[in-house]
Amino acid sequence: MPADAASAKPILELRGVSKYYGDLVALRHVELRVEPGDAVLLYGPNGAGKTTLLRTMAALSRPTEGEVLFNGEDIHRNAGLSKARVGFVSHTTFLYGELTGRENLRFAGTLFGLRDLERKIDRALDLFAVRERASEPVRGLSRGLQQRVSLARAFLHDPDFLLLDEPFTGLDAAAVESLETILRRLPSERKAIIFSNHDFEQGVALSRRLVALERGRLRYDGPLSLAPLESLGIAPAGKSQA
Amino acid sequence: MKKIFPPAVHLAVLAVWLIVALYLIFLYAPREATMGEVQRIFYIHFSSACTALLAYFFVFLGSMGYLWKRSRRADDFAYASAEVGFIFCSAVLVTGPLWAKPAWGIWWTWDARLTSTFILWLLYIAYLMLRSYVINPGRVEVLAAVVGVIGFVDAVIDYMAIRWWRTQHPQPVLGGGSGSGLDPRMWLTVFVTWGAFLCLFFYLVRQRMAMAEARRELAELRRELAA
Amino acid sequence: MRSLSVIWAIFVKDLRVEWRNRETLAPMCVFGLLVVFLFNFAFETAHEETLRLLPGLLWIAFAFSGILAFNRSFAAERENACLEGMLLAPIDPSAIFVGKLLANLVFLGVTEAVIVFAAAVWYNFSFLPSLGDFALILFFGTLGYAALGTIFGGVAANTRMREVMLPVLQFPVAFWVLILGMDATSDALRGAARGDIARGVLRVAGVSLIYAVVSFLLFEYVLEE
Repeated sequence: MPADAASAKPILELRGVSKYYGDLVALRHVELRVEPGDAVLLYGPNGAGKTTLLRTMAALSRPTEGEVLFNGEDIHRNAGLSKARVGFVSHTTFLYGELTGRENLRFAGTLFGLRDLERKIDRALDLFAVRERASEPVRGLSRGLQQRVSLARAFLHDPDFLLLDEPFTGLDAAAVESLETILRRLPSERKAIIFSNHDFEQGVALSRRLVALERGRLRYDGPLSLAPLESLGIAPAGKSQA
Repeated sequence: MKKIFPPAVHLAVLAVWLIVALYLIFLYAPREATMGEVQRIFYIHFSSACTALLAYFFVFLGSMGYLWKRSRRADDFAYASAEVGFIFCSAVLVTGPLWAKPAWGIWWTWDARLTSTFILWLLYIAYLMLRSYVINPGRVEVLAAVVGVIGFVDAVIDYMAIRWWRTQHPQPVLGGGSGSGLDPRMWLTVFVTWGAFLCLFFYLVRQRMAMAEARRELAELRRELAA
Repeated sequence: MRSLSVIWAIFVKDLRVEWRNRETLAPMCVFGLLVVFLFNFAFETAHEETLRLLPGLLWIAFAFSGILAFNRSFAAERENACLEGMLLAPIDPSAIFVGKLLANLVFLGVTEAVIVFAAAVWYNFSFLPSLGDFALILFFGTLGYAALGTIFGGVAANTRMREVMLPVLQFPVAFWVLILGMDATSDALRGAARGDIARGVLRVAGVSLIYAVVSFLLFEYVLEE
């Protein structure tokens, strides 16, 4: 198969996806294609539907209308296939406070059915420099350290599609830097990332494509360089936000 | 459905049927020899009981329909059946003691049928309460469907287990074997009353379902407006 | 095979979390003992009446303590959205049900042992002659009760006032497990005829297995959003 034909095939595709919570519109008629190697910044005001969109792509939430395709197949029909390849970082850490970081990762790794688990745990912990704190119960760790363990959990099974909801929240400077390095490297390994970020400048530095959401609707989807930032209500790059 | 049998016609049929049923209950059916006039409440009591039981079967059908096909209409049907069924079930629990006091000399006894009706009533409450307490409105239908199915399994086990448990209590007037010898006029009254109650049940259910549909359309219009 | 290791991991995780925070088992035992203690004074039983009251008392104590376990079972998962964390993994959602059911069975089993022991001492009643039958009844009754509690715990976790919602869902449905359990226990403790006891055990087992299967099949829907 020629290389360009493979690149045209989306890893994930949303077709007319809407999600309603009662009368509340979380997503409305969203169309989206993500290809391997994509680095997408998801941007929008609070309540625009970013979290719902990420959860829908992680198969955690079923759309009210429309469908989500993972490698061309309905994501809910064979959920195991997509879940094994998706990494998800959320506002919440998915960690058990009573268990140590290593126990949490071991539990997650068992659920993912990973082989050679201890080595993978070490590698993931090293990625975010939390190995030496990994034998303490998570409850006693600071917010920043918990977030690092949570990131290690998401990278544990070496996913090739990463969904990150405000991944920098609570991280200290050193961890921010290592996460930035990782996120910059992934697209070149033909892995796809979609992440939402509070800090637009930082997001721009890590992505090439912008998806702007407003009240559940897609306002813009395209290269960052062409995005009409003013009309999207985003301060132009270079100027700091008020 | 709307075209073949519009709600207005349904209402008219219902009105006539109910009046006929009332006539049969109070004027046509003969006076029962031992219990007297108070026995006439039996027609209402029995018809309500059958309707309430059937209604939970509909809750089950609607719930299964939702889990299987994700059909909002199926969920509407289950919800409406539960609401209306709950009213009929409450009617059973009110008319029962009213009849039991003069007939047996007590308001209540934990006999097989009373107990299972009471459990059915509790199942209705659980189902309806759940629907109004679910936090995430997107999850109401599926959680209610799960409870609806388990509740129905319980109702079935109920009617099975009750036989193992307390069988020495008075058999119902109906179906107590061939010897129960109900007057044919009484039979007619029973069937006409139950028919009228079913007609009432379906009228209320279809109105509730239409309301749910209208509410969804309204929500969709609101979403369009917000765009 | 993989499902078994997932089930085992969830089961061990639940026990380990409980071992570290002791938020489930200790309250269950204390609560169960309080029920037995209060019953004693509510009825002031003469010794010959003990046999009549004991089965009901025991099952009520099991039932109430069980509610605590089922509430905790999912409350603990919600803290950091850990339930979703599990759902992100490529596992069969039913594995979560089985793992949690096993953990709840352990919690209930320990609590039941404590309650029975206390009842034996406080009511001067020897369970030894009927222990085998009694244990069998307890096992099956607890299985059905815990299966319902596990699925309803998952349902109630999605509601406001889940502490109220859980018993409202649980008791009407679990009614027959409890009643048949009481009847069978009564026969066993009285030393009734073998045939009567066997029939009692079969009834409890039958009803419990029905509920266990139905709960198992429906559980995946509870987790879905």
